This record gives sequence, C-alpha cells and structure tokens, in this order.
Amino acid sequence: MKIKLTFWKGVFFVIVAAGLYSTYVRYFRGLGAISNMTDQFPWGFWIGFDCLCGVMLAAGGFCMVGAVYLFNVERLHSVVRPAVLTAFLGYLLFIVGLLFDLGRPWYIWHQLIYMNPHSVMFEVGMCVMTYTTVLFFEFLPNVLERFKLQGPIKVIKKIYPVLVVLGILLSTLHQSSLGSLYLIMPQKLHPFWYSPALPFFFFGSAVAVGLAMTIFESTQSSKALGRELERTVLVDLGGALLVALWVNALLRFQDYFHRGLLKQIVTPSYEAYFLWAELMMAFIIPITLLSFRKIRLSPQGLYLASVISLLGFITNRLNVALIGFETYVGHHYVPKWTEFSVTLMIISVGFALFGVAAKYLPIFPQEKRAVVEPLETMEVPALPALVENAGD
Amino acid sequence: MSKALLYDATMCIGCKACERACAEQNQLPYSDAVAAEAVQSEHKFTVVMAKDDKYMRRLCMHCEKPACASVCPVGALHKTKEGPVVYDVWKCIGCRYCMVACTFGQPKYEWQSLNPRVRKCIMCPERIKAGQATACAEACPTGATKFGERDELIQEARERLRTNPSAYVPRIYGLTEVGGTSVLILSSVNPEEYGYPSSAKIGETPMPEYTGKVMERVPDFIPVWSLVLGGIYWISHRREEVSAAEAGEQKHKNGGAQ
Repeated sequence: MKIKLTFWKGVFFVIVAAGLYSTYVRYFRGLGAISNMTDQFPWGFWIGFDCLCGVMLAAGGFCMVGAVYLFNVERLHSVVRPAVLTAFLGYLLFIVGLLFDLGRPWYIWHQLIYMNPHSVMFEVGMCVMTYTTVLFFEFLPNVLERFKLQGPIKVIKKIYPVLVVLGILLSTLHQSSLGSLYLIMPQKLHPFWYSPALPFFFFGSAVAVGLAMTIFESTQSSKALGRELERTVLVDLGGALLVALWVNALLRFQDYFHRGLLKQIVTPSYEAYFLWAELMMAFIIPITLLSFRKIRLSPQGLYLASVISLLGFITNRLNVALIGFETYVGHHYVPKWTEFSVTLMIISVGFALFGVAAKYLPIFPQEKRAVVEPLETMEVPALPALVENAGD
Repeated sequence: MSKALLYDATMCIGCKACERACAEQNQLPYSDAVAAEAVQSEHKFTVVMAKDDKYMRRLCMHCEKPACASVCPVGALHKTKEGPVVYDVWKCIGCRYCMVACTFGQPKYEWQSLNPRVRKCIMCPERIKAGQATACAEACPTGATKFGERDELIQEARERLRTNPSAYVPRIYGLTEVGGTSVLILSSVNPEEYGYPSSAKIGETPMPEYTGKVMERVPDFIPVWSLVLGGIYWISHRREEVSAAEAGEQKHKNGGAQ
C-alpha cells in the first residue's frame, strides 16, 4: 500500500510540475505559445474537454440530488454526497479551466455587468455561476457537520427544497445550452454532429453520464477508501443507466433517420470512424453489457459498462468540439502537449481534492476504515458521530 | 439609413491601396511583406486576392444580423445603426465565440499577446459618423470599392448587372446571404472561388435565428420547469408526510384503545 501510494504521489507531482510549467507559458507567453489554437481553430481541447466534458462529467450531482430529494428515492441516499462533491469540484475546476482558456480571464466578471441575453454563452455562464453557488450550499452541510455547527445546518435544511429545485433547473438549462452553443454554425459543424436537436442530446447524455459517473466514482472511491460497496445501489443505478442509454441511442437514431443520414453514417469516412468510435463506446457496448443480467448485477460489470459509456460520451463531446470542424477548416487540429498538461493537472488536483474531502468530511456513510494512509490524524474519533447526521 | 460598401471586382486593379489605407486607419504595420500576405490576420483586416488577372477583396461583411454580436456573452460586438459591426475591447473577455460563430471567418485573434484582442474590419465607424467614406473606399483609385447608402448601392449594383450582364455573374453576393450584409460584391467569377462561403450552404436565414429559436424559450421555460420540479418535490414529500401522519394517528388510536 505504501509503495503504491508513493507511486501515485510521484505521478501526481510530475503532472502538477508539468502543469505549472504550462501555466507559466500560458500567462507569460500567451495562448499562441501554449496551444495549437489558430484563427481557424479558435476553440481547442480546453473547450472540448475541460468545458464540454467537464460539465457533463459533473452531471452526477444534479441527477442524484434529483433522484433522492426531488423524487424521494430513499435507497440512493448513500451516493448523493459523493455525487454532490464530485459536481462541486467539477464545476470549480471547470471555472479554473476557463481561466486558462479565456483570452482575458481577468475580465471574467464582465459577465455580470455587460449582459447579452441573446447569447447562449451568457446563459451558460450565468447558470454555471449560480449553480456552482447552489452546489456550494448543497456541499456545505458536510463541512458544517464536521465542525458540529448545528445552527447553520438547520438553515440549510430549511432552504434545501429551494436548492434542489434551483439546482436541477439550472442544470437543465446549461447542460442543454452547451449543445445550443453550436446551433449557430450549421455550415461549419459536420452534419453527423450538427443537429437542431443538439440541446436535447446534450441534456440527455448528461443524465446518462451522471448515472455512469456515480457508478464510477462510488466504485473507485470504495476501492481507494477500502469500504464496502452497496451493491443494491449500484444495481439500481445500472438499471437507470441502461434506460438512459437506450433513450439517448433512440434519440440519436431518430435524428439521423429524419435527416436522412443513415446511409452516410455507414459509409466509411474520416468522420464516420470517429462517429462509430463514439456510438460503439457510448451505446452499443454498454447497452449490450448491461443487457446481460449477470453483468448488470455484478459491481465489476457495472463499473466496466459505466467506464466504457463515459469514454463514449467524452468522444462525443470531443467530436462535436473538434473533429466535427476539421472538414470545414480543411486541416487537423492536434493539441499541443502543454494543452494536455494543463488539463491533466486540473484533473489530478480534482482527484486529490476528492480524496482529501472524502477523508476528512462525512462524505461516505459508515466509513470505519476511512484512513488508509499512515498519516496521523485526530479527526477519526469524530467521524462516527458526524455520520449519524449524514445525508440530510 | 444604414451604410454599406459595394465592391465591384471587375473594376479592381489589384493595387492594394485599400489594404494600405486600412492599415493606416487602424494603425497596423504595413510593408511589402504584409502586402504579400494573401490571408487576413490580426494585422491585416482586408486582403486583395489575385487569381490570374482577376481580383477579389475580403473583409468583414458587416452582416445585418451578425452572428458574432448575437453570441458575444458580454456584448463586446454590436451592429451600429450606421451599419458597421464594431468591437468594444474593454468588454471582451476573450472567449472567442465570435470567431467560432462567424459565417465568414472574419474575427482574428492576437494569439501572441498577453492581453489579446479580437481584430477585424470595423468599417471605420468614426469616419462614417463624421460623414466620410471608409478609408478603403476613399483610397480606391478606380471606385471598385464604393461607399454609400446600402439601398442606393443595391440599386446601383442592379443597374450595373442590367447594363453590362456579360461582365458579371448574375448575382449580388451579400444581398440576401445570412439575411443580408453591409458589404455587397459584384464579380465576374463567383466569390466562392476565392474562399467565400457558398450562398447555397449558408442560406438566407440570419444566423442568430438558429440560437434565437432556443433562447427565446428560456424565459418561459424557467417558471414552468420550476413549477414542475417544485410540484414533483411537493408530491413526493407530501406522500411521506401523509404516511407519517397516518402512522402517528394509528399509534394514537391504538394507544387510546388500550
């Protein structure tokens, strides 16, 4: 265990060191020096991955809050907190990513005073800002419980219905609006990915990804923290994921059918390869896997299906943001290593923060073996008491 | 009342006086090296392209309904009533959505700068307000680039097409493309040959309408969806309350009976 931890810590420090170098390049030599973005490709890997994928991967928060608090599905209670934590961290890191991508990040606050309500980007910006605030309050009870501050917890409990409704409303709006961003370029984005239904696809896939991500993160953190997995919860989520994948797949099929593209998508072409990579991973493989009862009931099977579908939806977002423009532009865009290194740094910091939060805050119920590292901590005795209040 | 530019490629002699005037007006470097650059960039807002002995000019089209202005989250780009689509650098946050959205690929970026600006032809708004023609139109020795009222320029273009039909392809590029632009082009070769987007592909619908259809629903969507979500919340929790209350009653009754 000790060796493994040092290894991962080593990896972490290498990634962060490279990322810090890239950060230096970004802010002292400019966007041209750090990225392969050009006038022809003004949106690169950061928009494709950090923004489109980042927000999508943080969708577990609103999905689980919706399931547990809105629809009152009690049995999923144990995954709400990790899902909210992931979402909160995800949005914070998305904003950090934005500070790299924006040409003039020091003016990001202009969003609040120079508003253009016709702009989809304005809507996304406002929603993300408000939703991150909502997530902060949804996350706050963890911290309050940790320090046994009963007063504020009661206040948050009182306003929780508002937070729940507001959070889901804002998520519906901006998850779909990320797709609407591309509606204005019908002549640029390849027809495989440009569709008037883009906002629906983006929202639909966010729900599927929210479920898959919750399975992924619960499995992953249970491994890391050495706690028992609740199989029934995972199985429920897996069932919901299967339904969500079917709905998404049918929507996509309908869209290609109505726009008369069915023949074109099976004709080999550069775009078709990427499309099929996406469709295989997002739909065909995970749906096939989850259709077997045995796989759907096994934690490993659920984990595998979720990870594959996550990769599929990530491919989808990257196709929309990058691959779909290559034919129009006439050349390929390959991100510079410094672009990857910034993203990698952001992701690693995310994982690290998740680990820290999971260790010191009552994120997971009944974590008796929470502390795996030989670090001396005094928090341990306090945890069980706090856990009793967990999940409000 | 809106002003426009009419560029007649058949009258252009490729002298690049417009390029030079534009550079001077916008305080951009101009030299033989820059003149030789055949593409637009952050330091070259307009370019005269040559193919055999024919020329074609490119510059911001100043759309009647500009995509760039509609997508800008902070409204740093906007269409003035005089016609130019202008840029307010102070507002800009550098998201580059305008560049992605522009049908004509006009906004360029200062990628090497640490405080980068979006650069494009802004149609000399100060000169227009002062009653002057744009710098390029004033510098043009042959009148290939002509400044004037959009309506009048359209009339004139039609007149030229009518009197000299053999000299032109029978169309005014920019008349209806993406809902019309403030730059109108007459030429003997289709502008598409020089890299202009194809009229058939970009269509006559103003680009902002594609997102407008979705965005105009948002104000209605917010209250309706909030009510639906609130309703679901209320129902799903009401059930619990009721069953809790019933259980309580049951207990009470049982307690009373005993």
